[in-house]
Amino acid sequence: MIIVKQKPLEEIRKMSADYRKILILGCGTCATVCFAGGEREVAILASSLRMAEKIDGKKKTVLEYTVKRQCDWEFLDEISEKIKDADVILSLSCGVGVQAIAERFPSCRVLPGINTCFLGLTEEPGIWSERCDACGNCVVYETGGICPITRCAKGLLNGPCGGSVEGKCEISPEIPCAWQLIIDRLTAMGQLDKLEEIQPPKDWSTSHSGGPRTIVSSIQGESGEK
Amino acid sequence: MNNPEPQVFVFSCPWCCYQIADLSGATQFDYSPNIKINVVPCSGKVEIIDLLRTFENGADGVLVLGCFEDKCHHQNGSLIAKRRVGYLKSLLKDIGLGEERLEMSMLSPSTGPKLEEILDSMVKQIRKLGSSPLKGKSKT
Repeated sequence: MIIVKQKPLEEIRKMSADYRKILILGCGTCATVCFAGGEREVAILASSLRMAEKIDGKKKTVLEYTVKRQCDWEFLDEISEKIKDADVILSLSCGVGVQAIAERFPSCRVLPGINTCFLGLTEEPGIWSERCDACGNCVVYETGGICPITRCAKGLLNGPCGGSVEGKCEISPEIPCAWQLIIDRLTAMGQLDKLEEIQPPKDWSTSHSGGPRTIVSSIQGESGEK
Repeated sequence: MNNPEPQVFVFSCPWCCYQIADLSGATQFDYSPNIKINVVPCSGKVEIIDLLRTFENGADGVLVLGCFEDKCHHQNGSLIAKRRVGYLKSLLKDIGLGEERLEMSMLSPSTGPKLEEILDSMVKQIRKLGSSPLKGKSKT
């Protein structure tokens, strides 16, 4: 899941200062699960914005709407009429949703109301942690299902480093050493011998370092991954 | 100040606080007429948006009353309410209303006199802050 966090009210007010009619648009998937951009958060932000602007003596209209997904154009079609009533859309979706709106409605002004943080999982309600770096070349089959690229601060493929102290990473005593987790898990599975093989340098061309990526499905598209 | 008497809106749990308020006649304790009590099934049922809309609709102060954390009739309702109130207090500060306009208190049916004190203290606190800055502003 894409983990997102709502921007502070002050930043949102600063971004939207020049607009009189604001449509706050929520997203019903990842942003809803993250308590950052669902129907409930849209209502809270709209009410907060209305009151803050009213206290400052500014006349603004704040509209509210939530779509199932902002990252697919077909779900955005239902707002094509609503955006005519607004000067700007304040999107409570990840960066993909914001850009999808900008591409689908070229004449529409759109602002990001939340920050896109990482790909992660829900550890418990309200707590999310990063699990995937979207490097495009998964190696967790070698590491007991634990990603050393994401969970090791140095992204080491042959760890641990000298900064691993009592199972914790040197960057924070709160963060477990990914390589300690890997060793513990492979030991429990009787597969510790997998680590005897030295991993060669990783091919990063499949990651964002190789530039923006596009995938064409080999089933529905013309060819495989570009 | 348009209205010198502040309007305080109370969201009250029926299992603890409202039982005391309901008996106010029999126990001869009175509370300020500025206080409007709304009974909810549990303090944990009060959503952030409910509290925000209460302010938006003109309340000068809002008080949430729930059971003690370890005595909640619905196990963790008052704990949920406490977290929401804590979050909303910081949001009210950002909005410009001020965090002191929202409070939460926990009590049990056996603490009748304490409810009187809590309500009086809330009214005094809001009276000191004055009317909501939303009052008297043009409609957006």
